[in-house]
Amino acid sequence: MSIRKPAVLVLALVLVLATLFATGCTTGTTTKVKVGVLYISTVDDGGWSQAHKRGIDAAVAEIGASKVDLMELQNIPDTDTAKTNAAIDQMVAAGCKIIFATSFGYMDAVAAKATQYPDVKFEHCSGYKTAANLDNYFGQIEQPRYLSGIVAGMKSTTGKIGFVAAMPLPEVIRGINAFTLGVLSVNPTAKVYVKWTNTWYGPDVEKEAAVSLLNEGCDVLAQHQDSPAALKAAEEAGMFGIGYDNPMGTQAPKAYLTAPVWNWGAYYAYKIKAVMNGTWKVEQYWGGLKEGIVALDTLSSLVADGTQAKVDAVTTDLKAQGNDYIFKGPLKDQTGTVKVEAGKTMTRDEQMAMSWFVEGVVGEIPAS
Amino acid sequence: MIRIVRKEDMTGVRAALVRFASIVAALVVSMLIVWILGYDPLRTFGAILQGSFGSKFGILNTVVIAVPLLLAALAVSVAFSMKFWNIGAEGQIVMGAFGAAAVSMNLPVGTPPVVAILLSLLAGMVGGAVWALIPGLFRAYLGTNETLFTLMMNYIAIQWVVFLRNFLWKDPAAHGFPIIATIPANAFLPKVFGIHAGWILALALAAAAYFFLRSTKLGYEIRVVGESERTARYAGMDVRRVLVLGVLISGAAAGLAGAVQLTGVTHTLSESIGGGVGFTAIIIAWLSNLNAPAIVATSFLFAALKQGAMSMELLVGSPSSLSDVVMGLVLMAALASEFFLRYRLVREQGAKGRGPLAPPEAGTDRKEGS
Repeated sequence: MSIRKPAVLVLALVLVLATLFATGCTTGTTTKVKVGVLYISTVDDGGWSQAHKRGIDAAVAEIGASKVDLMELQNIPDTDTAKTNAAIDQMVAAGCKIIFATSFGYMDAVAAKATQYPDVKFEHCSGYKTAANLDNYFGQIEQPRYLSGIVAGMKSTTGKIGFVAAMPLPEVIRGINAFTLGVLSVNPTAKVYVKWTNTWYGPDVEKEAAVSLLNEGCDVLAQHQDSPAALKAAEEAGMFGIGYDNPMGTQAPKAYLTAPVWNWGAYYAYKIKAVMNGTWKVEQYWGGLKEGIVALDTLSSLVADGTQAKVDAVTTDLKAQGNDYIFKGPLKDQTGTVKVEAGKTMTRDEQMAMSWFVEGVVGEIPAS
Repeated sequence: MIRIVRKEDMTGVRAALVRFASIVAALVVSMLIVWILGYDPLRTFGAILQGSFGSKFGILNTVVIAVPLLLAALAVSVAFSMKFWNIGAEGQIVMGAFGAAAVSMNLPVGTPPVVAILLSLLAGMVGGAVWALIPGLFRAYLGTNETLFTLMMNYIAIQWVVFLRNFLWKDPAAHGFPIIATIPANAFLPKVFGIHAGWILALALAAAAYFFLRSTKLGYEIRVVGESERTARYAGMDVRRVLVLGVLISGAAAGLAGAVQLTGVTHTLSESIGGGVGFTAIIIAWLSNLNAPAIVATSFLFAALKQGAMSMELLVGSPSSLSDVVMGLVLMAALASEFFLRYRLVREQGAKGRGPLAPPEAGTDRKEGS
């Protein structure tokens, strides 16, 4: 094998020449606060990342586009630690003072990078680790899920409601339980059938799970998924559905009832301002309907009569009592065993670790 | 009719010009797309270069990205030298990382870092080698097609780690979330000049690969098997032995890449630990003519491109898909220029004239790159 002058030498020459040429063209420094955001998918995914993007844009609008410099990286898989590390390194190098990591799986990478860059504030969504410059934040989506359960319970005529669920994790289980308790509050004999997809975002499998639930006789579907596939499946079958993450009414107008949605904007604006004022601190934020970080989308015209009044009444209670309104005793698990006694409520830690279904859920949590 | 014909290799200035022109063409087309999409081409281009070469920080990050690319490209270059199409480097990286994780997490507390690191890296090499050995044995003894076999082994390796993450190795401290715990700190690769020590290993392996293929008996045998198995047999070589040993070396190097990523960069095992490196490595090895010094340079430039693509997204605010398009165009141009340096297109006046005695060198020539 003869050694040929490799193409790379030429490529190197091009790059070096171009560097010399291009460094003169890049802009100088600004006094804006630089904000980094890591997204697990693209910001137009119609689901989780889009909700975060909506929040970031709202925050920038509130603070003023002239004061914030957004540095965003999309499609950073949260299982790919090397890529996550590289993304954070780049953001820090570019001068970011606060970095929002918007998926659970970034947690260990973010924790390590927080140690490496003590001058940068890190905000991790949905995790539990903290440090002097590492905070986490999440919202009590259970509250609008409970409300959406009321909507589903009042709409269902078969008494069978389907739930397309991502992963058997406490976050998802908590949501299914809250939804089911909402259903049972208006339709005590109804059952909620759960199908796992083992993916947060997978339109094909989401649709498959939805179709099998519809075939089992469910007439309303809810979801903890980031695509509108289940809604569309419900529409094709002439049934009804509840979305997630963002208002999804335009995706399946003949099936859409409502959706529990995220409004991260207020929190993002608050934290970015805190960095600007030097008042940033670790808070482990976990707001609900009252704080406005979560909400129920406007009800569509397809909901059952009287739904709006019922939802409004319970919203008032939820704003006053928070998750205590949902997870208060007596609560029984699927086997009928009392898990929370009458007069008691679940602590935050108990809710965070929830790994059992309430009575009324049909489905299993895979053992692990 | 257009026919592809092997031609004399272009050398020196002419070849350099073709390569130069192809890269420039790719960049011009990229910038055109950038411009059509409404971004400032100069600023975008500036961001790519600034991110990868513009600062000490950028260069360090580029090296971090280059290390696994280099190790994996060296790995496949050994296999490719004997025309064993190892498309399974990705899986071998994953199994290497798995081996390193299995050992590092089970060492007694208080194991000295030197011991922990060496054992982890060794376990990584064993993991990758075993994963490559399976298709290697099938090829050597049963004549199985190794291209498909090694490709499929990737998915098994990846799913194995998914299984570990969801079940066997699920971190009980993670509040039910399916992640594998971080490996103990005594197995972390130390940093040398601001970068984990993997870069030293990678450069050492590049030197070793260079001398191995050129100056050792096995290296020579590997190249002969690559030229022609029949010739090798005629010369009295044990082709099976050469195949198996070559595959073991290739797999071990890929496994080392995985172990280095685990102990140097991620510190936790996940199915994404390969991150596509095993596939990019194939292109790098090929563009570099399986030549170790060229692989070093190509890996670094690929890493710069990857790093630059990210900073383009970050500084210009363009979508990640645009970075992918730019990377893809540069890659395609580089591959296309290699093609046109080796082959040319010939226009034929009516295909009827072509009898069964088509020139033997047309396209099917096994003597690639010599």
